[in-house]
Amino acid sequence: MSTLARKKGVGAVIWDYLTTVDHKKIAHLYLIAGGLFFIMGGIEALLIRIQLAKPNNDFLVGGLYNQVLTMHGTTMIFLAAMPLVFAMMNAVVPIQIGARDVAFPFLNALGFWLFFFGGLFLNCSWFLGGAPDAGWTSYASLSLESKATHGIDFYVLGLQISGFGTIMGGINFLVTIINMRAPGMTYMRMPMFVWATFVTSALILFAFPPLTVGFIFMMMDRLFGGNFFNPAAGGNTIIWEHLFWIFGHPEVYILVLPAFGIFSEIFATFSKKRLFGYSSMVFATVLIGFLGFMVWAHHMFTTGMGPVANAIFAVATMAIAVPTGIKIFNWLFTMWGGNIRFTTPMHYAVAFIPSFVMGGVTGVMNAAAAADYQYHDSYFVVAHFHYVIVGGVVFALLAGSHYWWPKMFGKMLNETLGKITFWLFFIGFHLTFFIQHFLGLMGMPRRVFTYLPNQGWETGNLISTIGAFFMAAATVILLINIVITTVKGEKAEADAWGDGRTLEWAVSSPPPVYNFAQTPLVRGLDAYWIEKMEGKKELTPAEPLGDIHMPNSSFLPFIISFGLFVAAFGFTYHNDHSWGLPVGIIGLLITFGSMFLRSVIDDHGFHIHKEEVLELEKKGAKA
Amino acid sequence: MVNQTNSGNERVDLAYRRRKNAEEMKHQVISFVLMILLTLISFAAVGYDEFSHWFSIPFILLLAVVQVAFQLYYFMHMSHKGHELPALFIYAGVFVAFLTVWAFVTVVWW
Amino acid sequence: MQVEEKLTAETFPSSPERATLEGKNKFIGFWLFLGGETVLFASLFATYLALKDKTAGGPSADELFQMPLVFVATMLLLTSSLTSVYAIYHMKNFDFKKMMLWFGITVLLGAGFLGLEIYEFNEYVHEGHVFTKSAFASAFYTLVGTHGSHVAFGLSWILTLMIRNAKRGLNLYNAPKFYVASLYWHFIDVVWVFIFTVVYLMGMVG
Repeated sequence: MSTLARKKGVGAVIWDYLTTVDHKKIAHLYLIAGGLFFIMGGIEALLIRIQLAKPNNDFLVGGLYNQVLTMHGTTMIFLAAMPLVFAMMNAVVPIQIGARDVAFPFLNALGFWLFFFGGLFLNCSWFLGGAPDAGWTSYASLSLESKATHGIDFYVLGLQISGFGTIMGGINFLVTIINMRAPGMTYMRMPMFVWATFVTSALILFAFPPLTVGFIFMMMDRLFGGNFFNPAAGGNTIIWEHLFWIFGHPEVYILVLPAFGIFSEIFATFSKKRLFGYSSMVFATVLIGFLGFMVWAHHMFTTGMGPVANAIFAVATMAIAVPTGIKIFNWLFTMWGGNIRFTTPMHYAVAFIPSFVMGGVTGVMNAAAAADYQYHDSYFVVAHFHYVIVGGVVFALLAGSHYWWPKMFGKMLNETLGKITFWLFFIGFHLTFFIQHFLGLMGMPRRVFTYLPNQGWETGNLISTIGAFFMAAATVILLINIVITTVKGEKAEADAWGDGRTLEWAVSSPPPVYNFAQTPLVRGLDAYWIEKMEGKKELTPAEPLGDIHMPNSSFLPFIISFGLFVAAFGFTYHNDHSWGLPVGIIGLLITFGSMFLRSVIDDHGFHIHKEEVLELEKKGAKA
Repeated sequence: MVNQTNSGNERVDLAYRRRKNAEEMKHQVISFVLMILLTLISFAAVGYDEFSHWFSIPFILLLAVVQVAFQLYYFMHMSHKGHELPALFIYAGVFVAFLTVWAFVTVVWW
Repeated sequence: MQVEEKLTAETFPSSPERATLEGKNKFIGFWLFLGGETVLFASLFATYLALKDKTAGGPSADELFQMPLVFVATMLLLTSSLTSVYAIYHMKNFDFKKMMLWFGITVLLGAGFLGLEIYEFNEYVHEGHVFTKSAFASAFYTLVGTHGSHVAFGLSWILTLMIRNAKRGLNLYNAPKFYVASLYWHFIDVVWVFIFTVVYLMGMVG
């Protein structure tokens, strides 16, 4: 970091990041913001676990406990997991398809800043009367009652703003993958992570609108006198649940499919063997995405939909285990007969298999509607979803971060510290959540701030809390690893791990700003591996060397997002203060005004001339 | 080739493209007339008190779907080459839309 | 093809909106966005269908809706869809002036629709049908109002394009922009077909 700081002042670097439209820098932004929110969510988790370590504890009680648990879930899913997934997608996907950036670089930046300001707005609630306290699902009856503070309004508006960013990101990746693949890269030659991004982005496109509508209704009911969920005026609170879960179920596939994609890359690379059953992996991914839209009401078995509806959703839910199982077998078969290297990413990948499968089987248990009447709202469900989310998504994000760190930052993370982080996290994870299956089966309800002694729950909860501290320690070691690496880590080669199969490993670490001096010609699946096996040092180019067209940076994405941030404050307080409505309108004017400026000011980008490209390539080769 | 230059002669190609566009415009106008007719029939079906609503409601919904098909395939050119992916994603959206509407008219009040 | 190229009727490509990478991206990107909008409006429709009989003592659909007004509004919007098709037809023929003329007519018809809708809502408010009255009212105004605000946005979009490009003529930079705006305009007519069918006609059937 100190050498970089000498080249460019800190101010210049900050301005660069505030105005960048480069997918690689946007990946850094998502990684840092997502990482910070992950730590916040983790602290919220620790607070919960400290409170529950012993019965009748008074460390964190009542409404404040409800706020912490709500924010833990909301932060982890919306502000940590999703942005970190986006970080991986941004860092890697354009390069893996041989493109120079995403289809809409400006929109990419806008997507980030919308997420950021939405998350910031949500967290302002802590200082302005209290955070939302109706759970991350914010069911209508409870969240309409929560009128003492504006917590729920911060939830609704903050996530609405973030959600716009996510939809933009989804459309951006879809268009990028559809239109900008390098010559020779047919759909069935794309890396699995690109397929995962493609299906995930389609899920985002179709799953977020119902959430948008749900938030509109909640905002209307709470702030503008609407009656969607108000039974006295003919409304129905179940409408919220349907809208939320029509979004919410595909959301978990939005989280897990990229995780699967990351592990597909890692298994193949560190078994030095191509992914087993590529076509069936693609098919399974698409099928999971499709089925993911047909199962949402399995979150609502106990709401009284009736046995027919319950049965339909139960069976559909169990069906998703089939394509998922196909994937698990394919990963195992990839490793079988391979030359396995137990790098840090591979540790996470191997640990993911049993951990995620455990989460998957409890998922099938929950899917049995009749049985779910017992599991619902107990710690059994908490155990299930943490097993799939932590064992699936978080492991993948940790693995992917290690795996692609050299590509993103030019340095290798320390392997020893990485493995220590892994073991602490793995042990802590199982300590915390395995015991929760039994706590749930013993009747411990979720979202309750304490429990009475002498029910047999004390030991389990204590063990669970100890596990949380292991995970905290793991995170600290990871942070130390990052700091040490940044200060004096070893520089990474282009093919940082030596066994790279996909195109991102053919360009320098980090890549030049234009990714490829010449768009590569793709000759098959695992495009870079093919070239390496033929003894080539470089990729076969698909075009002559020429001037490269690049997009301009812009401060407008930041301003557009800031305008919505301001507007959200205005509308939240418009019933309490006379400045509310004017501030809301000013915020909207800032946003729409900036959008208007973007539309009418021509922005044709700039060119990096051939000579400069040659210079940069030579410098990159020397480094 | 984006320009469909099948003859060597620019003016011939231009004439061809003009004719093709005009031909297509004719189809659009016919579609429009049909859409107006469909609209009129819908309004008439509802206005005519002798029809039971068990008939008119499915009937006007069907007419709406037909009219939207005209919009999509003709006005929005979904029948043209290069629209396979747009069609796929619109149908995917329609699928999710259908699930949502179905859920709300059944399970919400049962 | 280079975006800044000076084109003539002969050299103008037959699908100018997709002749550049940027154009191709906007084209696909916008259709995808419409797929998402389909689900958005479906959620609004679904909610309206669930709540349309919950009038909480306020006026109901068959008391409020007037066939002549809805019919005229439909004709205005449907015709404006045709006029935007004409505009794109002229765009493909490299006839900038005629394209602008037909977009202008589209905007006028669309503004007429919007004016009629504002008048209609005003009438309803005087009859006691206000947003805060009942679940039916909230659902009605949110669904039809969201559509109306889409119309308003579309009008300002097309107007901005017309004013900004008035002195430029057609080129491969603005062709995709006009095309995408017209796709949006057709889509809001698609949504209106369902609104007049599901909200107004079904409401008047009783």
